[in-house]
This record gives sequence, C-alpha cells and structure tokens, in this order.
Amino acid sequence: MTFKFNNAYINETATVTGPYESAGPLGKYFDLCYKDLYFGEKNWEEAEVKLVTSAINILKKKSGVEADVLIGGDLLNQIVASNYAMEEVKGSFIGIYAACATSTLGLILGASLIDGGFASNVITFTSSHNTSAEKQYRYPVEYGGPKHKTTTFTSTGSAAALLSNVKSDIKLESGTIGKVIDSSIYDVSNMGAVMAIAAADTIYKHLKDTGRDIGYYDLILTGDLGIYGQKILKEYMHSEYNIDLKNYNDTGVMLYDLKTQPVYAGASGPVCAPLVTYGFIFDEMRKGKYKKVLLAATGALMSPVMVNHKLSIPAISHAVSLEVML
Amino acid sequence: MNQKYQEIVKKNSPKENVLINAVVAFITGGIMGIIGQALIDGYTTWLDISTKEATVCMLVTLIFFTCLFTSLGFFDKFVNFCKCGLIIPITGFAHATMSAALEYRKEGLVTGIGMNMLKLSGAVIIFGVVSSFVFSLLRMVVGLI
Repeated sequence: MTFKFNNAYINETATVTGPYESAGPLGKYFDLCYKDLYFGEKNWEEAEVKLVTSAINILKKKSGVEADVLIGGDLLNQIVASNYAMEEVKGSFIGIYAACATSTLGLILGASLIDGGFASNVITFTSSHNTSAEKQYRYPVEYGGPKHKTTTFTSTGSAAALLSNVKSDIKLESGTIGKVIDSSIYDVSNMGAVMAIAAADTIYKHLKDTGRDIGYYDLILTGDLGIYGQKILKEYMHSEYNIDLKNYNDTGVMLYDLKTQPVYAGASGPVCAPLVTYGFIFDEMRKGKYKKVLLAATGALMSPVMVNHKLSIPAISHAVSLEVML
Repeated sequence: MNQKYQEIVKKNSPKENVLINAVVAFITGGIMGIIGQALIDGYTTWLDISTKEATVCMLVTLIFFTCLFTSLGFFDKFVNFCKCGLIIPITGFAHATMSAALEYRKEGLVTGIGMNMLKLSGAVIIFGVVSSFVFSLLRMVVGLI
C-alpha cells in the first residue's frame, strides 16, 4: 500500500549518538555525541531513555515548535525507552514497533496525520542502544563468545524529525507500508538475509504502485542489511523482479568504518537508517548531490522465544520517498 | 519456503574460517592446559599437598582470574580470539557465569544476579549432572558384567 503525500515536509531533525557512531566516518554530521554508553545514567535501559529525551529536546530547541503528536518506538520489550522518555516529554504519544523499520513507519504515519489535516506538527523518533539490545536479544555484553561474520552491530543513538505542512527543503513525497514476510531463515546471526527479502518486496511494491522506474531515484537506501544482505538484495532483485539496483547503498554499511571498527557485517538497529539519513544524506541532498531518495528501512521481527520454538524469522520493510525542494 | 531465495542467501553468505579457528583453539587450549599443569605442579611443590588437592586449587585459581579479567572488561576479547580454546576449559564456564552476573547486577541481588547468573552456564550444570549420572550407570552395569 503506497500513500502519496501532498503537503508533508521534514522541517528539522536531531541526532544523538554514542561513542562508536561518532568515531565512524559520519561522526561530524550528528548533533550530539556521548562519550560512553551510560550517559551518566545507572543502567543501559535508562541510558536509552536519555538518548530519546536528548534527541527530542535538541529538536525542540532547534525548531522552537511544540508537537501536536509524537510517534516513536524502539527495540526494547514494551518499547520502554520510548514510553519512559514520553513520560518526561509529556505529549500525546503513539508508540509503534517495527524493529529496525520503525523510523520510516513513523515518518509515514506522521505524514498521514499531517496530510489528513489532523495535526500540523508531528515529531517522529526512534532509538536503539547497543548494550541494552545485546542484553535482550543476544548474550551478556561481557560474554565474548565467537560471532559469525554476518553478525551486525546494534548502533547506539536516537534520531528525531519534525514533520509539518510548512514548506521546507525536504519533502516527504510518498510512503509504502510493507508486508510481514517469512524469510525462511532461522539464523539469528544473519539478519541481513532475514531482511533483504522484505526490502526487495517493498521496493518492488513502491515502484509498481507509483508506476516509476528504478532510475527515477538518484539513490536507493536500505536500512541495515550489512555487507552480505546488500549482496543478497541486489541478486534477488535482479533474479526475482528483473530490477538492477545501481544507485544503491545501505545505511548499515555507511555508519561505521567497517575496516577499523569491530562491527562485523555493519550497523543495525532502528536508529541506523535515520542517523545516516537525517545526518548525512539530507546534507548531501541540500548540496544537490541527490534529488530523489527512496529510503527502505528494514526490520527483522526477531523474538528469541519464537526462535527457540523453531520458527523462522519474519521481516518487514517500510519505504519513504524523499525529495529535495530547491 | 522460497527455494530460490535460500540459494541466493547461501551463495552470498561468507564461509567461517573453520580450519584457522580450530588451529587457534588447539594452540590456545593447549596453552591453557600447560598453565593448568604448571599450577598443579607448583601447588604440589610449594604447598606440599597431594595432586588431587592441587587440582582443586588450580581450578579455583583459573576461575578466580577468569572472573577478575571478565569484570575488568577485557576477557571477552581473549575469548573472542581464542574461541573454544578458552570456552571448553573451566574458563569458559566461569566467563559465562560471571558475564551474566555482571549484566544483571543492576536488576537486584535476587531478581537480578540470583535469577540470571546461570542463564548461559545453567545448561552446562544440568547436562553435566545428567550425563555423569548416565555414564556412572553405564560404568556400574559394565562392572557388574
């Protein structure tokens, strides 16, 4: 299902990261970088709450606007980071979960509220925290069990965007809501393979619904497929839909320096796609390097319980089309 | 089940370096064995105790240093490098238990550490007890014959 938006713009963005992200190649594009993983809090879960509140406070300061509605979510059980942050922010809040595709789902929902005339300012945000996610989904952080090459590294940070009907240089032109797709993959350390098929489906759907050719976009971005997921997506798109992804990149590959940082196949986490997009890609768009960008954030809907039940991991991908208005 | 997709995934997924990992584990595991034996020899000489008692002292020493290094935050890097060279000996068990204890210490003494400390290593205890029971039983039956 693809929505076309007439009047939805991204007015302002805020990005907050941890130490690994600021040490990466895109470090200078972020608004605030914390030096450690606790940020002065007692535990990682509260640290993630602080990430979200910091991002929203920065966004409010930069834009000077109070939002009518906030839409957001994160990776933790019961999306606690978002919920507890919203307790402090005190605004009407819609909590969402789409794993690492939360950012684009939030953008689509926010733009729908604005285009439908229900709200004039919507903040959409997401967060992830490396160690709180490791603790919940994988092994204890200090446990040094060997990792597969396909493992991805959950990024630490929070990204927020202010959407409104006031014209700005970045337009949210349309959005495609994806389907939950069975990847038939059981390997919890190969999330790229789990999500690539969902990304392929959503990108194909988007092009079909809008009647566009892949060449319409200057850049196709996927969320956090990593180096191997990227290869899988390219090959699958070619063999299944006969689409060649040429101007294509993956935010999971861009966030870190894969050669020097210990991140295996690349970055993951809900915040990976918006960090790279709001920080780096928007900057490039304003400089005129890209005019039309399709961002397909991808989420592996993994639950350790369901994996123990010997069920394969489902995935989802939501895509947004972003255009620069110069 | 999408057969074609499975094939594409398989084709594009990297191979793990099984041989190199095995060699590294063999060498580092061997070094661990040498350290263990050196400790036993040392304890029997210096403390004038039997080999059986010295073995217990050796295990306690290895567990102590594993837990200390895990808490100091660098033992995970050793394990990641040595892999089964450090996971199979008692160091692996101590490391798994200690890392879980560190992880959950902020959730309280009972609800945190108490309930989660054996999250990873609990399976080792359960199946260690079960398999030792089975093998003792087998040994007894063989002995009767």
